[in-house]
Amino acid sequence: MIALRERALISLDSTPSLPNHVRIQFDPVRQAYAVLSPERVFWPNEVSLAILNRCDGRSPVSAIISSLATEYDAPEDEMTGDVTAFLQEWANKLLVRP
Amino acid sequence: MSEPLLPPIGMLAELTHRCPLQCPYCSNPTELMKANRELDTETWLYLFRQAADLGVLQVHLSGGEPTLRRDLEQLVAGLSSRGVYTNLITAGVGIAEGRMQALAEAGLDHVQLSFQGAHAETTERIGNHRGGHQKKLETARRVRAAGLPLTINAPIHRHNIEEVPDFIELALSLGAERLEIANVQYSGWALVNRDALMPDRAAVERQVAIVEEAQERLTGILNIDFVTPDYFAIYPKPCMGGWARDAFMVAPDGTVLPCHAAHTIRTLTFERFGDRSLAEIWTDSPAFNAFRGTDWMQEPCRGCERRELDWGGCRCQAMAIAGDPAATDPACVKSPVHARMGMLIEDALASARADRENGGRPEESFIYRRIAATTQLA
Repeated sequence: MIALRERALISLDSTPSLPNHVRIQFDPVRQAYAVLSPERVFWPNEVSLAILNRCDGRSPVSAIISSLATEYDAPEDEMTGDVTAFLQEWANKLLVRP
Repeated sequence: MSEPLLPPIGMLAELTHRCPLQCPYCSNPTELMKANRELDTETWLYLFRQAADLGVLQVHLSGGEPTLRRDLEQLVAGLSSRGVYTNLITAGVGIAEGRMQALAEAGLDHVQLSFQGAHAETTERIGNHRGGHQKKLETARRVRAAGLPLTINAPIHRHNIEEVPDFIELALSLGAERLEIANVQYSGWALVNRDALMPDRAAVERQVAIVEEAQERLTGILNIDFVTPDYFAIYPKPCMGGWARDAFMVAPDGTVLPCHAAHTIRTLTFERFGDRSLAEIWTDSPAFNAFRGTDWMQEPCRGCERRELDWGGCRCQAMAIAGDPAATDPACVKSPVHARMGMLIEDALASARADRENGGRPEESFIYRRIAATTQLA
């Protein structure tokens, strides 16, 4: 019997990654990045894509936020809520591992 | 056309109609094809290359039972080499040891495994296959051992609707990421067996409450997709996301259709891959263009604010119940024949009561899905 998983809660210390059944892929037909997952295809916008691309399983959420703040020239404390909420939503759908 | 034609995202490939199970609600046509009509390996691979060129990103490999195709690893590898996401839809019986690992190595991305019941007795009775449940449990274990993500698919009807809580426990115990509680759609064999399968309203309401509670409780642990029962609905589903809008299916002989029941609309003619390319069929086939967008709609769909949410619902259900494939899906409360859905539920329940009073066992009224029954129904 496999032990039951627990719901993943995203914190600033989490090191999120994409499970191996979720992949980001450039689609040459539509000239856009797609996120492929079981039964679903997502079309992330530029910022969502930038977050997901940083989910490498090593970078903590705090570092992901710093890096995004630099790239988009935005204050870190303003980004924190949005980025953690985004990652929590994707974790709830089992598309991101904490 | 009210919106530009976009490339398709998804494709359902029915590789074969052969199957070790005989589920009385199978979505295959009642006229099953024998193995000698199936496309060969090279033709499927050629079709898959054209699909990828056309923009298909996900292919669902289905049947019948797709693992009966001995070339399945080759087909998966062909899709995988083009970056197409592959989903194997299997009944999970009779799959040789090592096969799941080989499919994973060929690049398979995901497995959807059906359970006809949450308990062995139900699974075996509905699929008419002894020992089936145990084999499915073993397949689930092999899927997880091969490192593949797992969806459990549970088609729901009168004979297993009370097992919904047990299906949820089963999915958790097997380490599944997703569970589909999929109320049977009454087309194909399910339409033939509608009276024997239709649940009653109280059971449907209990089911909805159980699923909603579990979706909330298991957020982030198990994704539960709920395919609601059309006959009890207020609004229709956006069938296939809209007719020929972002997906299509291919039958074992290469016939290309907008959905798996589209052949029930006898006024349409469907083309075969090989006679024309996939791109030509997607773009130009009169059958694909028949119900695309919203221009074909009649009232009440035409003036409805939901017309681009549900795209008029299911064309095949409109055909089956309203007798007109361009009518509003009768599942919709705005359909002039919506009341027929309620009457069909009552008819089915009356027939079940009569069976019980005559001492009949419910499964004795099933017409099981098999080639011999195809001949009888014809």
